[in-house]
Amino acid sequence: MPGGYMGQILRVDVTNKTHKVEPLDPAMARDYIGGRGFVQKILFDEVPVGADPLGPENKVVVAPGPLSGVFMPASGKVQFGALSPATGIMGDANMGGHFSSEVKYAGYDAIIIEGMSAEPCVVVIDDDKVQVIDGSKYWGKGCSAAEHAIKQDLGEDFQVAVIGPAGENLVNIACIGHDYGRQAGRCGIGAVLGSKKVKAIAVRGTKSIPLHDPETVRKKAHEMFEGCFSKPGFKEWTPQGTPGVTPWVNEVGAFPTKNFWTTYFDHHPGIGGEALLERIWLTDKGCFCCPTPCGKYSLTKVNSKSAYVEGPEYETVALIGGNCMLRTIEEVAYGNYLCDELGLDTISGGNVVAFALECFERGIITEEQVGRKVEWGDIDSFEHLVRAIAYREGIGDVLADGVKAAAEAFGGGSEKFAIHVKGLEWSGYEARWAPAMMLAYMTCDIGAHHNRAWAITYDVAKGREEVEGKAAKVIELQRIRPAFDLLGNCRLQWVEIGFEFEHYPEMFKAVTGRDLTIDELFAATDRVWNLTRTRAFLEKPGFGRQEDYPPARFYEEEIPNGPAQGKVITRDKLDKMLDEYYALRGWDSDGKPTVETLRGLGLDDCVTKLQAAGLL
Amino acid sequence: MRLAAKNELCSGCRVCELACAMEVRRENNPKKRLLRIEAHFPAPGKYEIHYCTQCGECAAVCPVEAITQEDGVYILDESKCISCMACVEACPYDVMMVHPGSEIPSKCILCGACVRMCPKGAIYDADTSEGGRW
Repeated sequence: MPGGYMGQILRVDVTNKTHKVEPLDPAMARDYIGGRGFVQKILFDEVPVGADPLGPENKVVVAPGPLSGVFMPASGKVQFGALSPATGIMGDANMGGHFSSEVKYAGYDAIIIEGMSAEPCVVVIDDDKVQVIDGSKYWGKGCSAAEHAIKQDLGEDFQVAVIGPAGENLVNIACIGHDYGRQAGRCGIGAVLGSKKVKAIAVRGTKSIPLHDPETVRKKAHEMFEGCFSKPGFKEWTPQGTPGVTPWVNEVGAFPTKNFWTTYFDHHPGIGGEALLERIWLTDKGCFCCPTPCGKYSLTKVNSKSAYVEGPEYETVALIGGNCMLRTIEEVAYGNYLCDELGLDTISGGNVVAFALECFERGIITEEQVGRKVEWGDIDSFEHLVRAIAYREGIGDVLADGVKAAAEAFGGGSEKFAIHVKGLEWSGYEARWAPAMMLAYMTCDIGAHHNRAWAITYDVAKGREEVEGKAAKVIELQRIRPAFDLLGNCRLQWVEIGFEFEHYPEMFKAVTGRDLTIDELFAATDRVWNLTRTRAFLEKPGFGRQEDYPPARFYEEEIPNGPAQGKVITRDKLDKMLDEYYALRGWDSDGKPTVETLRGLGLDDCVTKLQAAGLL
Repeated sequence: MRLAAKNELCSGCRVCELACAMEVRRENNPKKRLLRIEAHFPAPGKYEIHYCTQCGECAAVCPVEAITQEDGVYILDESKCISCMACVEACPYDVMMVHPGSEIPSKCILCGACVRMCPKGAIYDADTSEGGRW
């Protein structure tokens, strides 16, 4: 096995409390690299089509990448994936902190959690010693409370990934928490762990990662860190971290406000990076080997309540702040704390609360149903709703399934402002006046998520009305950004401070010995992209083009005020971009990968499966 | 070089630990570090950097004189070490490390890799800096 890989996959059966260690398949390492590639390949091969996402056939796959844990900048990203209860298609979510590196030091390139435990349990991985222990004493606890208790029992040097009450209660927007404030937020993977009664995965490792050329790795790491330190953005971007972008997003009229009704929030200066730094910040909190920590650990106080919380990151500022109209950083951070502790994704959580507030305002749901009067910009309303969602109480039981399902249940035209694609709630950039960003959300393989292609800067640079050429840029970004998800690194140094991508293949070669060109790396991302797309067609009868459209609000309602006032994107423009996108991807007009495209990527099994299902 | 640290600047990224292991042991394994970061979370939410000040307490208690000073740096001669662990117990900062799989302690050789790699300047050379990168 080349350097960078530990050469082993750990399979844990929580039904029978057994495990086995399997050799890593070199062909999978060659074609899928690691991280998200391993997650999606294993899920594609092992989870049967039609499995219940919350049933025994679904699996949770956890995978660092070949560069995770390696001496280089920001080598601390891990991927969690499963058939998503939120979307019904394959989902994944990435997380920083110190979990990814620890999985490698314990000796594994992936962990597969399968089966269903009858009782709450914790998977404990201590190098080669693997146990599924009783987790009853932690069940019911909030994420950081459970993490703290597990560390006290097992040792501070364990790294712990944990679910909160939302995951336990099978809430579709439940996340996985770690390190008192990092999350694998998207796609409801927390609920899949909850369905297996897995409260936590605790890992400790003492092994060295094998390196092809240790001396070159060491020198290259010094060069890369010093390269980061020398970028102007190192000093300019890092202090505020991701919320530092808040003023800009408002200025360009893209800030989700009042359930994406508008795109400018008057109170944004009170909830952005500057306010965070001045009013609640305690310390920077870096993920493994991060030169530019976006983690801003804080102490927030709201009325008589106070809470320690990491964040808020920009996405939380946007979705809990602007979108629910909370006006102070203290309130946004408190909302962040509530979601983190309950184990709710702040992106989906902010969306669902905002959706409920709009339904309430329009009389689609009533005070009697909600249990109290709820209103915009009110932290008590926010708290009432997130608690109801996490415990599936009252109307929370409906909202817990996400905005798409809730809109189907509530009716009253609410599907027009249920802000999602494919059942996954939208993240922090409103895109009626940003076509490339709109297309990025429409085509992201797991649903409306920003991390595959953050294209709004391209819209601002190249023309906000223009749709031509946007598809090519989105695809370019959908290759380069997901490349980091295969390698096991954070992308923020490349995105935020302009650190050159060319360093990564060079480091990959020093670590693994494999001369992987950027084109080959991008081909691997295309392989994963077509794998998840194929799986969506197999998984959902009738899946196709119609699943790639945004909610009607974005093509029927003009933005009512702010810098983007009057802007709306027409269906014609959406179609034009989709046509261009499908053609460039090698997909047919329904968005289905063609035989040639699949075969060209070596995905012959996708062809076979689509043919067997009568889809090709 | 004289190591010093400002805990309030530390972000807990632990690159210092890995840089140390790579420099001294050429191993990609932060468990083979010669300094350590202690995290205090969820409250009060801060990090502590434990590092060798070259105070010499280890040398003072070593019964076989395996630790000697050279140019202000205390160096452990592994061939002389009898693994009595007296130095480990005596170290005021708990940074005489016994690495996984080893029965011999290890200590900081003041190579400065942690200083060069710390993104925050939280651990720094007090002879040339007051800490911090901005």
